[in-house]
Amino acid sequence: MALNRRIAYVDLSAGSVEVRDVPLELRRKYLGGRGMDAYLLYNHVEPGTDPLGPDNALVLSAGLLSGTPAPAGARCQISAKSPLTGLLGSANMGGFFGPELRYAGFDHIVIQGRAEKPVYLWVHNGSVEIRDADHLWGGDAVQTQTRLREELADPDVKVACIGVAGENRVRFACVRTGIKNAAGRTGMGAVMGSKNLKAVAVRGTLPIRLADPEGALGYLEELVDYIQSSKYAEIMGKWGTLFIFDVTNSTGLIRTRNFQSNQMPHSEDLECEAMDRYTMGMAACFGCTMHCRHKYVLPEGRFRGQYGEGPEYTSQGAFGTEVGAASMLGVLEANQLVNLHGLDTLEVGSMIGWAMELHEKGLLPAELVGDLDLRWGNLDAVIRLIDDIAHRRGLGDVLADGPKGAIERLGPETAYYNIHVKGMSNLHSDERPTPSLALNIATSTRGADHLRSRPAIDLYHLPPKVLERIYGKPGLSDDYRVYEGKPWMVVWQERLYALVDALGVCKFQSVFLSPNMPKAEEYSRVLRLVTGLEFTPEELMEIGERVTTLERLFNLREGATRADDDLPERYFTEPTPEGLPAVRGKCIDRDRFEAMLDEYYDLHGWDREGRPTPETLARLGLDAEPTRLV
Amino acid sequence: MKILAVDEKRCTGCRLCELVCSVRHEGAADPARARIQIVKWEEEGVYLPMACRQCDDAPCAAVCPVNAIGRDPELGRVTTDHDLCIGCRACVSACPFGVLGFHEDRGKTFRCDLCHGDPTCVKFCETRALRYEEGDRVVAGRRRAAAARFRQAAAE
Repeated sequence: MALNRRIAYVDLSAGSVEVRDVPLELRRKYLGGRGMDAYLLYNHVEPGTDPLGPDNALVLSAGLLSGTPAPAGARCQISAKSPLTGLLGSANMGGFFGPELRYAGFDHIVIQGRAEKPVYLWVHNGSVEIRDADHLWGGDAVQTQTRLREELADPDVKVACIGVAGENRVRFACVRTGIKNAAGRTGMGAVMGSKNLKAVAVRGTLPIRLADPEGALGYLEELVDYIQSSKYAEIMGKWGTLFIFDVTNSTGLIRTRNFQSNQMPHSEDLECEAMDRYTMGMAACFGCTMHCRHKYVLPEGRFRGQYGEGPEYTSQGAFGTEVGAASMLGVLEANQLVNLHGLDTLEVGSMIGWAMELHEKGLLPAELVGDLDLRWGNLDAVIRLIDDIAHRRGLGDVLADGPKGAIERLGPETAYYNIHVKGMSNLHSDERPTPSLALNIATSTRGADHLRSRPAIDLYHLPPKVLERIYGKPGLSDDYRVYEGKPWMVVWQERLYALVDALGVCKFQSVFLSPNMPKAEEYSRVLRLVTGLEFTPEELMEIGERVTTLERLFNLREGATRADDDLPERYFTEPTPEGLPAVRGKCIDRDRFEAMLDEYYDLHGWDREGRPTPETLARLGLDAEPTRLV
Repeated sequence: MKILAVDEKRCTGCRLCELVCSVRHEGAADPARARIQIVKWEEEGVYLPMACRQCDDAPCAAVCPVNAIGRDPELGRVTTDHDLCIGCRACVSACPFGVLGFHEDRGKTFRCDLCHGDPTCVKFCETRALRYEEGDRVVAGRRRAAAARFRQAAAE
């Protein structure tokens, strides 16, 4: 059944493995994936732990519906204390790794300690082995997977691994699986590298019994029809997230030249149609009917003849507008390189864009720049810096420390120009004209981020009646420029996304970029048919609230305060210079932002410093944490 | 006669066919025991669904020592009488496509049974990489596509 997957504790210092059951009580409170990650992290990482020291715990968790025919049940969560932010580290990844982990008999792997020399884990039908990985060290993030499949003599082995960036403890190194999937954010690859853990290889043939197989097939057929009948599914299936660029750039909502503009003219070669020259068709993650990932072979340039997948909107921004370049080939080349090195594409583009602006302003020491030509749009410099970051050379070594670390090394006068929250760079979107999206990045539990609470559909001018049907509250404004009512939309999305991440389904098939996608009502039914667990939609949204609150507690325990729920200063001081009249000349009003933040805390039952009150903790069953039930 | 037709160029590699097949036949999400499985060359982005081809002159039937394997002429499928089957796996090794499986717990083989004329995998295949249609129609479509290429070549 879906509830009999186990948890493995791996101590790399001692070379030991212990396997335990997951108490049903924890399933009911946290489901799996990001939910259980929050619990395991809060219970197994002491406050003040060095993120790159042996005491940090790296937690890999498949979602509770991962590996089942629930829509897009492909996802798993990887968490640890973050070496990028010093707070919650948490990244979600698609592909095929999470489902295979469950077929191998596990939902969770908690990795502690540090191996003396490089190792990998071999997880297979109920067993976990620590194996030598000397021969894999130094390998790129695709080659490593291929070698492991050859070594284990099974082409269906799935691998999560690090590239050289993780080995070199680049603070935004990611964990990679497949050709392009990544647990991208908060530097989970650096934590793996610090443990001398090159890879986790999984393969399993253990069935996940469904509570009601016939009922599940019947309902899921309906649900897939509902999902695929939306225009959004058609667009995603054809263009992937590249379509978002066309919308945000034409409106003026895209971060350009490190926040100097919100729109880039003459950027036709970044529009989604530009991908026509390169795409060979679309690929999908496990169990997904939407297939939003391009497959391509580079026909020219530095990596001619190489096969790759992607890119996402994130890379269009990171290696397009952010660095002032407009070349789809350039985006694809940079995408190729970050995927091989195992780097968070978003953080890389942000750090390079920041360096370019610092250079323009004369704030980078000449000896650090050397012969690099850091003028906007120079993709040669971008490609070289990606390599230098991954290998920690020169300026790349400084940038490899992420926003907080690099500011410390380059001086306080550089801080104003870095677009980060809690030490993590923001997506290449510009939230100055959109208060709800600004509140989202300020309050996300892992730093600036669009995937933890963004009410993206706020941009669609949906009629108030439709907003009421989705968000469950009357009187929400259909104007994305106003501040009123937005905290509730952020809170609601925060709960939904935490739920989605705990279930291990994909946000692209939930109310994220389209209102016509599954939400708690649909998940409640799928959960009953697949696992036999009964939850009302309200109870599921409460799980989302519990998960977010426990993540909040983790951050508070590490010293975070209200001051960390803030925006980069430039959001308040520099009005948007470009874009449609509706978004031009806008910046965030400090007083109204603080009022939104007050309301956001009130809606959670947190005090005005952002601390959950004892009543709130009791209501959510968090008052006794850490309980160490497993 | 309808056949399970595969157009691998449309396959996105999502493996939902494997999932729903195993739910239908095993009551479990169990790709290892799915009657259809996608073979992948992941590093090249090539995916190919494989299932029993329901051969007319089936090698599996020819090697079965207890004559447990026969044909269902109505649905055009190869069938196994599990009461007769002794679990020797001769059919599994004889199959030139490697699409017969063996259920270790039950000591029995398994293969695609076309869901008795309404394949579940086809219902869930959004890109129509899998179709259940008359065999001559599948070929007719291919013939026309090839003819279109000739026509274009002639025009150029």
